[in-house]
Amino acid sequence: MLFNKKLAAFGAMAAVSALALSGCSASTTDASAPVTLTLATVNNGQMKDMESLKGEFEAANPNIKVNFQVMEEGDLRSAVTADVANAAGQYDIVTIGAYEVPQWGANGWLTDLTPALEADKAYDVGDILPPIKTALSVDGKQYAVPFYGESSILMYNKEIMDAAKITIPAHPTWQQIADIAKKVNNKDHSGICMRGKPGWGDLFAPLTTVVQTFGGTWYDMNWDAKVNSPEFTQAVTFYKNLLDTAGEKDPVSYSFNECLTALKEAKTAMWVDASVAASMLEADDSPVKGKMAYAHAPVVKTKESGWLWSWNLAIPANTQHKDAATTFIKWATSKEYQQLVGTKLGWAKVPPGARTSTYSIPEYVDAAKAFAPITLEVMSAVNPAQPGVNPQPWVGIQYVAIPEFQDVGNQVAQLVADALAGRKTVKEALDAGQKIAQVAGDAHKTK
Amino acid sequence: MTSVTTTATSMGKVAKKNVWLSRSLILPALIFGILMTQIPFLVTIYFSLLNWNLLKPGEIGFAWFKNYVSVFTTGDLVPAIIATVGITASAVILSLLFGLLFAILLDRNFRGQALARTLVITPFLIMPAAASLIWKYSMFDTSIGVINWVTTSLGLPTIAWSTDFPLATVIIVLTWQFTPFFMLILLAGLQSQSREVLEAAGVDGAGVFRTFQWMTLPHLRQYIEISILLGSIMLLQVFDPVAIMTKGTGGTKTLAYLLFERAFIGLDVGQAAAYGVVTVVLTLIVATIALKTLFKVFMAGGNR
Repeated sequence: MLFNKKLAAFGAMAAVSALALSGCSASTTDASAPVTLTLATVNNGQMKDMESLKGEFEAANPNIKVNFQVMEEGDLRSAVTADVANAAGQYDIVTIGAYEVPQWGANGWLTDLTPALEADKAYDVGDILPPIKTALSVDGKQYAVPFYGESSILMYNKEIMDAAKITIPAHPTWQQIADIAKKVNNKDHSGICMRGKPGWGDLFAPLTTVVQTFGGTWYDMNWDAKVNSPEFTQAVTFYKNLLDTAGEKDPVSYSFNECLTALKEAKTAMWVDASVAASMLEADDSPVKGKMAYAHAPVVKTKESGWLWSWNLAIPANTQHKDAATTFIKWATSKEYQQLVGTKLGWAKVPPGARTSTYSIPEYVDAAKAFAPITLEVMSAVNPAQPGVNPQPWVGIQYVAIPEFQDVGNQVAQLVADALAGRKTVKEALDAGQKIAQVAGDAHKTK
Repeated sequence: MTSVTTTATSMGKVAKKNVWLSRSLILPALIFGILMTQIPFLVTIYFSLLNWNLLKPGEIGFAWFKNYVSVFTTGDLVPAIIATVGITASAVILSLLFGLLFAILLDRNFRGQALARTLVITPFLIMPAAASLIWKYSMFDTSIGVINWVTTSLGLPTIAWSTDFPLATVIIVLTWQFTPFFMLILLAGLQSQSREVLEAAGVDGAGVFRTFQWMTLPHLRQYIEISILLGSIMLLQVFDPVAIMTKGTGGTKTLAYLLFERAFIGLDVGQAAAYGVVTVVLTLIVATIALKTLFKVFMAGGNR
């Protein structure tokens, strides 16, 4: 009897607390209640700057807290894709590349930002660089805002080149760069650093641009794979020889951040990679500030060989905090944010390649005079519709804009890593890669 | 059992009630256990029969055994099994040897013994991902790593660990991490050894090595067996050093990493689930055989 009374009391309490809890959850949709946004982002310097400045945003918007989850590029991709595709709703804001935005937008996974951006005159959506805005839109609907945009350029240590009495032209060829790399390679520093970590966004970002300028491509206009074509093979062989003779010693461990560190520590003389790295090399805390010089990415058969990329902020379609998330992404990509970075962290750290007006901020132009002009020049010169010698059936430079590509690129990258280590020949690796790529290509033939 | 029921008929009701009570007390945990392990497994089996790639939301459908066919025909499964078995076995054997060495060194009284023991245990307490990152940057790195600083100081060439020796890279990190675990179990075994027996052996004229071979090792046998069993179970799931350092190249693509790739890079839920089911079945077969033989060993140990 007593037991039953206790049970009844417990039941009543449970019911009351359930009511209270449901009251709580109902009130979270209220705009005035505190909201915590979860943001997934990549562990690049610009994103860490954003995290260090989030206090400014939280001070201006006392009801919104932003929780950063910083990951490596590959981990970010898999975590965010799995979350957004499953509608798991773990993240309110995601950092995604130019590769994902149009595909995910078309799938209905992202919030259409067009009305929110156009309604806000102060945000000035027309200021976003036109090629980037086009890359982030599907049928006139913009699904993401660019945090920063980039191409790829050649960065080199002037002191090492001067000591070796070498001048690098503004438009070098890969053959020239390979020769110079061999000349300046010694036991203190490697001649060049290139990404070797297996992954379509790691190794295959620069390697695909090399393949294209050698005249190769992943697919022809009929979606037939061209991975073991003579041009593709020639490009990969060149890349392997370059790394073997003058590259970093342990390519499988090296990607963007490792090469950046190597260049900063003068452990390598040259590096072809994302132009955004230049702003980190010229930052106030960089040991090589003012000692660097920049040139167009090396070419063989094409006029330009830079890639086109942007890291963007987008809001998954199923987030509960759409308004708060929109407020944050507008803040992080606004003109005011650029002023904030400039005054708080230094003008060289302003996220480049997203807004036209960035290149007319006097302090930025002054601080970034070493690399701002070449960045804008390359970004307007590259042609994402046909980056290689022959036409291709997708828009995009260092990637193939089909959903299968991250899997295909990854598997082929692992094969190429085996070739870099000498466990396979380049031909064996690419013959195996051809089969993998053809399966993905066949899925697009009917379109 | 029969004697209990015949002699205590009057207590039968009470005993039954007690049994019911004890069973009902276990029931929530049992139900929780079943819900937490068996429902996900059934769901995984269901997923493995679907054609479900996250990147193609429009093509989800029932596919019967298509995923299983692809698991056995793409040729990724056998290398992954070989990699998993090879890495696990090497790391277990090396950890056991180093664990035994450290356990013997620590099984004596000396100043700072507690400190030394804590320091030796530390690698096991570090998160696997953090351990891999520490090794990647501070030990194996070609420009700032300790190992290559030592080799170049000695006039030896720089070693490209992740590129040229991926298998050794993974095994070294795992051995470093799991040696303390083996050491702890073996140290417990050593400390439970009777000092009188060892002294008697000494009085009888047995040297250090003879005592170790004929007295200590047989005594340690069951500790070695249990450490191998537990160590293998933990090491079979190796993932972190592969994901962080070698990315599955050069024969380091373990079952866990392969599954991760299919699920999170291929984003093929159906195929990944099929790999998961196949892995579970293989593990069950191996575990059944291993446990049966080990239990025999345990029984023989009881007769010792």
